[in-house]
Amino acid sequence: MTAATLAGFIGSALVGLGLYGLITDPQPIRKILGFNLIGSGVFLLFGIVARKGAAAGFAADPVPQAMVITGIVVAFSASALAIALVLRLYEVAGRVSLRSEHTSNKAEK
Amino acid sequence: MDAAPIASASTAGGSLLWLAIILPVVGILASLLSGGRHAERIALLLMPTGFGIAISIAIFLWRSGQPLVYVIGGFNPPLGIALRADGFSAVMLVTTALIVAAAGFYARANFATPPGITEARAPLAFWILLQAIWASLNLVFLGGDLFNLYVAIELLTFAAVPLVCLDGRAETISAALGYLLFALCGSVFYLLGVALLYGAYGTLDIVLLSDRVSSEPVVWVAAGLMTAGLLAKTALFPLHLWLPPAHANAPAACSAVLSALVVKGSFFLIVRLWFGVLPNVPHEAVSFILAALGSAAILFGSVLALQQKRLKLLIAYSTVAQIGYLFLMFPLVQGPNLWVAEAWSGGIMQTLSHAFAKAAMFLAAGLIAESLGHDRIRDLRGIGAVMPMTLFAFGLGGLSLMGLPPSGGFLAKWLLLKASIEAGRPIWGAVMLSGGLLAAGYLYRVLAPALSSDVLHLKAPPRRSREAVALALALTAIALGFAPKAFFDFLQIGRVAVAGGSS
Repeated sequence: MTAATLAGFIGSALVGLGLYGLITDPQPIRKILGFNLIGSGVFLLFGIVARKGAAAGFAADPVPQAMVITGIVVAFSASALAIALVLRLYEVAGRVSLRSEHTSNKAEK
Repeated sequence: MDAAPIASASTAGGSLLWLAIILPVVGILASLLSGGRHAERIALLLMPTGFGIAISIAIFLWRSGQPLVYVIGGFNPPLGIALRADGFSAVMLVTTALIVAAAGFYARANFATPPGITEARAPLAFWILLQAIWASLNLVFLGGDLFNLYVAIELLTFAAVPLVCLDGRAETISAALGYLLFALCGSVFYLLGVALLYGAYGTLDIVLLSDRVSSEPVVWVAAGLMTAGLLAKTALFPLHLWLPPAHANAPAACSAVLSALVVKGSFFLIVRLWFGVLPNVPHEAVSFILAALGSAAILFGSVLALQQKRLKLLIAYSTVAQIGYLFLMFPLVQGPNLWVAEAWSGGIMQTLSHAFAKAAMFLAAGLIAESLGHDRIRDLRGIGAVMPMTLFAFGLGGLSLMGLPPSGGFLAKWLLLKASIEAGRPIWGAVMLSGGLLAAGYLYRVLAPALSSDVLHLKAPPRRSREAVALALALTAIALGFAPKAFFDFLQIGRVAVAGGSS
């Protein structure tokens, strides 16, 4: 097994674990963690893609690396926004739950 | 479609494309710097300018009959990024400019900085986020690079989510959080698909990619991931759970923008993906699934709308249903057939007419809620006598949703219906017709008591100018029903011929 294949498996595992957490866990904080796990898996995949460019003769393909940096910034801001909402919800309601009494809305399917 | 996509040099009028994106961004920065009540003035000042730019893009496109292209910094794709405008982009740009302006004008009463203080949080946030939604939507409509579009769709989410919870009630924060989690899950899957496509073909430029992709497993997986992610953001059944609480609890001006425009942003990308990037990949099965989900959305959303007790929730569930119609165009835009152009026009027409009609209905519902202090449908008896103009705007919007002539909604559904019969797939037509009946049912639930002769007392009568905004949007939705043939030719500009078609 090459390093790239191993990294690919780890990336897929991270995506799978993150998705499982995002769907099944009712706690918003854990859902945010799940989202970050998926994100890490995707970023790892971008790393492999950059390495694949290297196999084609370049030192390393810089484009996927630039994308990962942008992706990390976006994921960071997304997590910050989500955490800010969770904190505010706790301040206002005294509890953090996605279930609203008016619409019985659940965040998961 | 020109045969040599590599030569994607900037065309005449290409500079307008970056101007359309930069203008609201400049507005955001200026609003942040000057702060306070200036944010409102800057936003309102930019709206006619932005509308002018959108109209100019449409005129350039109309004259040349070819998509407009602007290559950023002169770096050609695949390394550089190109902005492109086709017929669909141009009409969406104009629609966005109009609805953002209408929502802004309407919201002046709700989000004015109170006299005596220099800055209030909610107004400042509202005016900046409204411009941010506008900027990111323009980028979504013009972007020619899939990663660039990922950033655009993320910016759109970040601008849209806080608009839901501007009033800071626990209920709205919870709705915003649910919306954000759905949207984040969607965007991360879109990004995963982007990574796979880049890994396989070494470019993310839409035109270059459409030339290189072939029907193979990596493309199927990538397209599936991207579509699923975008569906979560578009709120297609069964991923619609976040939409009703978010859209129904937001302030009316925000609901109008969210329902009319923001969900269309991700729908636009699904259309770009399947008809721009993958026109040469057969997608009968995917189209069938999308249309089946769309049909389920129409029936399920309409039936739930029939059961709602609050007016704004009813309108939000109606959005769930109307989104379903958009996806009925997918199985009909297939192959080099005669009805493809009709189905394409019908799908775009539904996007436009729903945008105007739904914005009008949310603004009207907002006025009703403000004047009465609630929006319980049961207690709306007699509202027609005291707020005739508002109810008229609501009713006209409803007319378009039902698909009664003359209205944009009628024309959209007529085109789709015609295409479905010509294509020998009347099942989609049957779904459309039953959706229209159900829409008539849930609108009757509002209009019948509203037009009763009971006497109703308002807390405060609505401002005439704000009623006029809602009415103008509703009239635009009706006016779309009189679109000339030239308009439909315009929509076809830049449409890539599907699967071996000669266009």
